[in-house]
Formats: sequence, C-alpha cells, structure tokens
Amino acid sequence: MKDMTGTRPLRAVNWNRVADPKDLEVWNRLTANFWLPEKVPLSNDVQSWAQLSEAEQRLTIRVFTGLTLLDTIQAGTGAPAMMADAQTPHEEAVLANIAFMEAVHARSYSSIFSTLCPMAEVDEAFRWAEENPHLQAKARAVSDTYAPGADPLKRKIASVFLESFLFYSGFYLPMHWSSRARLTNTADLIRLIIRDEAIHGYYIGLKFQQAAARESDGRRAELKDYAFSLLFDLYGIEALYAGDLYDGSGLTEEVKAFLHYNANKALMNLGYEALFPPEACQVNPAILAALAPDSENHDFFSGSGSSYVIGRAVPTEDEDWAF
Amino acid sequence: MAGLVYYSSASGNTARFAARLGRPAVRIPASPGDPMPEAPGPCLLICPTYADGAGRGAVPKQVIRWLNGPARRAALCGVIGTGNRSFGPTFALAGRIIAEKCSVPLVHCLELAGTPDDIARVSAGLDLIEERTCSIPLITA
Repeated sequence: MKDMTGTRPLRAVNWNRVADPKDLEVWNRLTANFWLPEKVPLSNDVQSWAQLSEAEQRLTIRVFTGLTLLDTIQAGTGAPAMMADAQTPHEEAVLANIAFMEAVHARSYSSIFSTLCPMAEVDEAFRWAEENPHLQAKARAVSDTYAPGADPLKRKIASVFLESFLFYSGFYLPMHWSSRARLTNTADLIRLIIRDEAIHGYYIGLKFQQAAARESDGRRAELKDYAFSLLFDLYGIEALYAGDLYDGSGLTEEVKAFLHYNANKALMNLGYEALFPPEACQVNPAILAALAPDSENHDFFSGSGSSYVIGRAVPTEDEDWAF
Repeated sequence: MAGLVYYSSASGNTARFAARLGRPAVRIPASPGDPMPEAPGPCLLICPTYADGAGRGAVPKQVIRWLNGPARRAALCGVIGTGNRSFGPTFALAGRIIAEKCSVPLVHCLELAGTPDDIARVSAGLDLIEERTCSIPLITA
C-alpha cells in the first residue's frame, strides 16, 4: 500500500473556521431563500394565459426557453467550472448551492410550460432556441470562458454578466405582464429567480474583486479591458436578440433601456463604474415597480414623493436593538 | 452642516458611493473588534441592506451597534438606503427599518454603488441641509 508522502491531504470543509465571512453570510442567505416551483400556484395563471394573443403566447414561451438555456449552462458548466477555481472549501460549497439553484430555475420554466402551454408549442420553442443565432451567440460567448484551462477571473467576469445582465432581456417580459396584471403568479416565481440571480451576481462579483485585488496593476487593467470589451460584445448580441423577440410587439426600445440599466448593475457587481449614461437607462417605472413591489422609491429632497410613511410595518429582528 | 456616516462590506458598493459624493464621511467598521466611531455632529447614515427573502437581517449588525449609542442616534438626521431592486419587496429595506426605528426620514434609496443621478440628487440634498442647518432640530445627549 502506498503511503501519503508527497501528496496534499484532502481537506474536509470546516464551517466553524471560515476564512471569508462572506462565504458563510451568502450561504445563509441562499439557504434561507431556498424555494421550489411547486410552491407557486402557477395554475392560477391559466385564465390569464388564455387571454394572451397567439403572438404574445409564442413570445412568452420563447423568452422562457431562452432563460432556460442560460440556467442550464450556469447549472451544468458555469458554477461547476468556478468550483474548481474556488479559493476555500466554503466558496466551493456556496458555488454548489448556486449550481443547484440554477438547475431549479431551469426546471421552473418547464413547470410554467406544463401548467400553461400546449406541448407542441413548447417543443417548437426549444427548436427555436437551438436555431436562433443571437441566443446561441450569447450562450456561446459565456460558455467559452467556462472551458477547461480558461482564465479563472475572466470566467467570473462572464459569469457575472450572465447572472446580472444576460437574463434581463428575458426577465423584462414577465415584469411587463405583471405590470398589466397578467400572469401574476408566474411573475411571483420569476421574482424568486431574480432574487437568487442577484445574490449569485453579487457573490461571484465579490470573489472577482477579491481575486483581482491580489493581481498586479497591469493584470487588473487587462481584466478591466476584457470586462468592458466583453460587455460591449454581449450588448451587441443582446440588442439583436431583443429585436428578434420584441420588435413585433413594439417593446424593443423599452427592453434596451432595461438592458442598459442592468448592464450598469452588472459592472457595479464587479466593482467597476457604470458604462451607460443615465439618459439611456430610463426604465419604465411600471417595470421597476413590478420588480420591487411595496418598496417605492421617492424623492424626499424635492418633496415630490406622495407615499412617504414613516411608520410602515417592516419585518425585523428586535433582539439586537437595545432602544 | 450635515456629516455623513456609512457602512460598507467587502463588496464596497456603499463605500464607492460615499467616495463619489466627495465629502468627508465616517465609515462604520465591518469588524466587531474595531472601535466604533462617534457621529461627526448631525449626520446622514448611508446603509446597505442584507435581508433574506423574509426581510430578516436587513440591517447590518455593526450598524445596529452604532445606532445603539444614544449620542450617535441623537445626531442622526436621516438615512439613505442602498440595495438592489432585484431583491423585490426587501429593496433598501434597511433604510426603511432605520427610518422607522429612529424616527428620522428616509431621504433617498439607491441601487448598489448608485448612478450619476443618485450622486446629483444626494449632493443637492446635502447642500440644502447645509443651507438650512439652523432649522434642523438638534437633540443633545
């Protein structure tokens, strides 16, 4: 029998010794937020679905199929590829959670389909997803960074763009329907997905920032150039993809404003400044309200807000507040 | 004139927003072992949100510790909530909780490190407060 001389020991993860407190914090957030599609009463949307036109139904199925593809990639190759790059066993465990939740998201779209849509139309959309050049191009651009041997930090950059930018041409549509009181249960499920993706983008972006801080100035400049150039490429593809999907319903320009807004947020997750100017990021307020119901923003300084209430009931834990 | 106090964790979004305001700002330390700074006179607090889906844990523990000092709390004029609209109903929840607990106005909410619009709006608001300093009720502890 061979002895262990010269080999590194295999390490068990010890959650009572955590090198980066963010690993534990994000693990706790993700596990507390765990959900399954069965918890959302999707069948309550059957009537609402029937009120959509044929073109609106086809658009919705295609949008969700495109989102399924991105979730499939993130679950199957993206998060596992980043697990191999993990600096600590705790980071690896968080990424395992992310991989699994992406699989839950991908599975959720099939729950929506089986509840609302005829199977033949869904099959058609899956064929469409394989043939649409823009959807394939954006999925390919990110997947390439997940290949073995690719740069681990560029992989994180692409992954943040997937989590915090590329999903949003799709997320726009259920928020649009929700703002018109359509498919509201489906929108509830999509908000759970958006919430998860926000934590994923935040966490992967944080791990990128930590790793980049250990690199040389030259390498950091190279990474920043890469990030902005990749975002520029992806945006070009997204604009064409959005046109393919939304030109027929006249929503493309509104979707693009939403893309600019989310691209800026993806850059912020990486620690970078925004790229698109404020005038290009004027998202329809109905979409912002659909994203974050009951958390209305308002302008205190100018006094234009009408709904400011100081005594709104909010959930909180009281034991730490001594006053 | 109103001072600024902020909390920012390792991701640094709130720190970047505070830096871009270009005014002196006091940072609440992320580590519980570090000494708590006092309020720089009457001040606004910029606070990120870390809530889970049910809203638990929205206000960072270190911010709660800072606010637990009566003199610091008395100096608080208002709060700016930061967060991410992708978290839905809990977007900038910490700002709303602090505003309610401390009976101060929630003067602004913004996402991540903020946009140029957020910078302009908060800067203009701070200027307004400076002009009207004498009208801010000061509670001395």
